[in-house]
Amino acid sequence: MRRGEIITAGILALLSIYMMYKSTELEIGYISGEGPGGGAWPFWLSAIMLICTVFIAINWARRTSPPSQSTEPMLDSYGMKMLFLVGGGIAAFIGLSSIISMYGGIFVFLVYYLRFLGRHSWALTMTLATSVPIIFFFFFEALMRITLPKGWSFTEPLFNWLNNFIY
Amino acid sequence: MEILGLLSDGFLLAMQPLNLLLIIVGVTLGLFIGAMPGLGSVNGVAILLPITFLVPPNSAIIFLAAIYYGAMYGGAISSITLGIPGASTAVATTFDGRPLAMKGRASLALVTAAVASFIGGTVSNIFFTAFAPPLASVALSFGNPEIFALMLLAFATFVGLGGDDIPKTIFSICIGLVFAAVGYDEISGAPRLIFFDISGFLHGINFLVLAIGVYGIGEMLWTIDSTRGKITSTEAKFSIKGVTADAKEALQRGWKGTTIGSLIGFFVGILPAAGATPGSLMSYGVAKMLSKNPKDYGQGHPDGVAAPEAANNSASTGSMLPMLTLGIPGSPTTAILLGGMVIWGLTPGPRLFVDQSEFVWGLIGSFYVSNFFALVVNLAFIPVFIWMLRMPFTILAPMIFVLSVVGGYAATRDMHDVWLMLIFGIGAFFLRKLDYPVAPAVLAIVLGPIAEPTLRQSLLLSSGDPMIFLNRPIAGPITVIAVILILLPLFKFGWNKFKKSGGTQPAQQG
Repeated sequence: MRRGEIITAGILALLSIYMMYKSTELEIGYISGEGPGGGAWPFWLSAIMLICTVFIAINWARRTSPPSQSTEPMLDSYGMKMLFLVGGGIAAFIGLSSIISMYGGIFVFLVYYLRFLGRHSWALTMTLATSVPIIFFFFFEALMRITLPKGWSFTEPLFNWLNNFIY
Repeated sequence: MEILGLLSDGFLLAMQPLNLLLIIVGVTLGLFIGAMPGLGSVNGVAILLPITFLVPPNSAIIFLAAIYYGAMYGGAISSITLGIPGASTAVATTFDGRPLAMKGRASLALVTAAVASFIGGTVSNIFFTAFAPPLASVALSFGNPEIFALMLLAFATFVGLGGDDIPKTIFSICIGLVFAAVGYDEISGAPRLIFFDISGFLHGINFLVLAIGVYGIGEMLWTIDSTRGKITSTEAKFSIKGVTADAKEALQRGWKGTTIGSLIGFFVGILPAAGATPGSLMSYGVAKMLSKNPKDYGQGHPDGVAAPEAANNSASTGSMLPMLTLGIPGSPTTAILLGGMVIWGLTPGPRLFVDQSEFVWGLIGSFYVSNFFALVVNLAFIPVFIWMLRMPFTILAPMIFVLSVVGGYAATRDMHDVWLMLIFGIGAFFLRKLDYPVAPAVLAIVLGPIAEPTLRQSLLLSSGDPMIFLNRPIAGPITVIAVILILLPLFKFGWNKFKKSGGTQPAQQG
């Protein structure tokens, strides 16, 4: 946890500097007759962020914050595995949504999570994995008139068939 | 009398069939959301906000407020039966609720929580009805400097009273404000902070993308990591006769805690950084301090369940007061509600009471109705909620992730934002592990679009002189209080150092 705190503070300091740099694309000072420039607000806020990271680093060096005193790892083996499997699963779900549609992504994600991470039966997995995207389809497309990503053209026949129930 | 007339109109609006249905569905969903460990009112409201675009704005906000109410009731269910708080607002409920359940009195603990919640909610609704109109009429005279001073006060309370690491809290506030500035500069119209020149940033960062990322994905990852998926439930037997007897006992043995919680909860709830969690913890502490037998607390005392439960319900209404009258949310949940209202074209603040009087009073009326239905649904369906709590986390978690991704897309209909939401979620997971408070960032991204223009226009008015925030009769005292709150941790630090040095000197001499 201790190493994690200082690495995170360093990353956040770099982020603050980058935000300060991006803010300077607009005027950061006071423009007579117009008030503060468009970059002033984010620039000075980012500067405060940078100062905060310095204080976080000082507290880390003085071992005054709880994470800086902790000897535990920021992520143990369970945490790392969980982040890889769950976070990676969500990333794959979002990535797949642009290819096999968001509904297809939901199906694949639920099968992956329920069957392979949750170790639930195939019967429960398939019941939930098929019913949830179908319910979502009619809720969003028919009731809310919000079109979710349909992916590449090969999914068209399926959605045309489902649209017959709406229109 | 005028208030009573407006309130009765509000009741009529809240009792319209659609609104009534949404209230019942909202409190039921809220009860479930509040009861599930890892989920609280803020998660529920953030995840479900995008799907409320189906109904008119007035009904949508009533629905979300009902979820908020229900979640406050629901938190107690898991605190008592699982020993794990359903939400942070119900942490104090575990202190005596769990021991009562372990003694075989889970039913008494649950009924005490429900009755205290109802009384807390009713007391705070009455306070709300009495205080909101005069506060709004005072706030009508506020100009840009006063509004910015209020924003400063909202952020200052997080620094001074939030109790978290100060540099991390300030960092969280600032990053939320910077994220709110992404997109176009409102005054010059020039693109601003387009990170890595990715065009998706041109439309800005929607507050929902951050809120769902933090509370939908980040919090669930944190819950999976911290609980390791091991959650076990305690049995509770229920009958109508038993509930009636328990309700009588709850009133007899829990009235003191209920009274303390109802009063403290409301006033703590009004403070932007405080809200229901510190309100409930503070009420528990005060109830214990004032008790004749403080040693009974922690052993299963009904007052120890009643005080935090009355307080968290009371605080939830209290936190709505600054949101509706001043446009400043009193809690992360109300920050998201405020953001939702802006999306629906309703501008929270004093003008709302003038321009949208019917909506405001309908919402206030719905608080009373929601409070009543939350009690009824809670008592009627406690066994069902307990049964649902046995649902494996490996079923609930993917459902939340799916809702988060779909909700994140529905909010802006841009895949760029869905990716951004995932980044925020994973970032929030790590930051939470390192004790960075994330609620101030969510509050800041909602308030940023109000804070920046009011600051710029104030400085334009004063030709760049920041004394405008100190010279004006209303802005001045608010700014001074804000500055004191920001400096409060420094005073505390200095005082503690002074006390320490004073304490060690005699020892060295001796």
